[in-house]
Amino acid sequence: MNSKKWNTVATGILYFIAGVMILILAFLLIFILWNGLPHVSWHFLTTPARSFQTGGGIGIQLFNSFYLLFLAMLISIPISIGAGIYLSEYAKQNWLTSLIRTSIDILSSLPSIVVGLFGFLVFSIQAGLGFSILSGALALTVFNLPLLTRNVEESLNSISESQREAGLALGLSKWETVLRIIIPEALPGIVTGMILGAGRVFGEAAALIYTAGQSAPALDFTNWNPFYIASPLNPLRPAETLAVHIWKINSEGIMPDAAQVSAGASAVLIIAVLIFNFGARFISSRVYGKMTGTK
Amino acid sequence: MADDKNKIITASDVHLFYGRFEALKGITLDFAQKDITALIGPSGCGKSTFLRTLNRMNDLIPGVTITGNVMLHGENIYAPATDTVALRKEIGMVFQQPNPFPFSIYENVVYGLRLAGIRDRRVLDEAVETSLRQAVIWDEVKDKLNQSALSLSGGQQQRVCIARVLAVKPDVILLDEPTSALDPISSGQIENMLLELRDEYTIILVTHNMQQASRISDKTAFFLQGNLIEFADTKTIFLNPHEKETEDYISGRFG
Repeated sequence: MNSKKWNTVATGILYFIAGVMILILAFLLIFILWNGLPHVSWHFLTTPARSFQTGGGIGIQLFNSFYLLFLAMLISIPISIGAGIYLSEYAKQNWLTSLIRTSIDILSSLPSIVVGLFGFLVFSIQAGLGFSILSGALALTVFNLPLLTRNVEESLNSISESQREAGLALGLSKWETVLRIIIPEALPGIVTGMILGAGRVFGEAAALIYTAGQSAPALDFTNWNPFYIASPLNPLRPAETLAVHIWKINSEGIMPDAAQVSAGASAVLIIAVLIFNFGARFISSRVYGKMTGTK
Repeated sequence: MADDKNKIITASDVHLFYGRFEALKGITLDFAQKDITALIGPSGCGKSTFLRTLNRMNDLIPGVTITGNVMLHGENIYAPATDTVALRKEIGMVFQQPNPFPFSIYENVVYGLRLAGIRDRRVLDEAVETSLRQAVIWDEVKDKLNQSALSLSGGQQQRVCIARVLAVKPDVILLDEPTSALDPISSGQIENMLLELRDEYTIILVTHNMQQASRISDKTAFFLQGNLIEFADTKTIFLNPHEKETEDYISGRFG
């Protein structure tokens, strides 16, 4: 065969592989949404779960997921930005920084159940935080921080060296150059990474089973004092999230409509993750367009 | 030769090493105030490296060691007390590739001023107009100052970059092959602009283009393999060079 024919064959195979990928993804999405969406209603989204009867919802779990996500991002965003700036802009190339990078890469490939058990031992037991939102948020930080840090570092690295030279040659200090030129330019990439990280955290279950706990005590949505035990904002209360809830009802749920609740909760989870992903694309293209004036 | 009073930068016996490789082998060269000086020579001769020692941009490259003195207004810029940030405000630099920030044209020009703490909108507006006029691009961009600088052509971007440098009001402007990435028309516009800027600024220009050097510079320095071979009035260098290497290079026998 000549090279032209090989080109056609290779292109065909690549299209086939890509098509299979898309079909699998589409099948999964349609399957989950098809099974789950009929059970999703306003009532389902807002009422507490029931352990023994039908008609339970996922209201508290949904709130817990968002609150936990908020706290986890509140802790991990500043740390990852600081660490990413250090690694990209200030760290010298030596054995210490390459050790740091290797550690971050290893940390990012830790199975989340290991992170969960580590969080259980360190945050829940040693630090005495028990099964709490705070333990869960810290465990999620451990789980998410390496990826976020690498994302910030890579976003900053992708900015051309000529921009740094332009800033310095203009008489800006190094910090001014980083803060006023490099970070704004890297912002679309950083924001995308943060939102995708948020999506990953939102769907995380294994790291939370032993840290945020598997129970969702009733919440008093009229009292927002964070020190009140049943307050939605209390960071020291146990909080089962949506993903943990799905795992729990599938392994030991005894309510008669367990299958429907699980299907509905899965659909809600998938939709939330999809919103995060499309939101990331939308926001980053907006930020990029605004900065470059192309849109 | 200009007398001592008119010298703004004097470099004496500057050696520069990349690790163990000696890229500059003892350069002694003075720059007179409000002259255009061209640095020419084949690729790798050290002319850009030398240019970058004048505003200490080589400090950013790991493994570089520099010996010798570079005096600006009689003060050694390699003295330990030198503030490189202040130094680079006095010695602006324009690069080979246009490198505007991905912000609006207006923001590009006022960036240095804003960070120097100037907030007054009128002062900024005025600086934008003056600098863009000096860089001979005002008429082309005055109606779209809020557009991104990235939407301009390469030649326009380069002139915005020059306006950005002018806005900070440096004494000296270093240009590292500023037209080598541009088409002949844009290059010509930038050459004309440099001739107009000569009244107010000391300009040091690295160029590969010998016609460019002969057209616009007052003095020319010829570099070869890390040595300064010859430094004289541009006319002398191009019409009556003293050194054999200079003559060979000018007449196109190598390089």
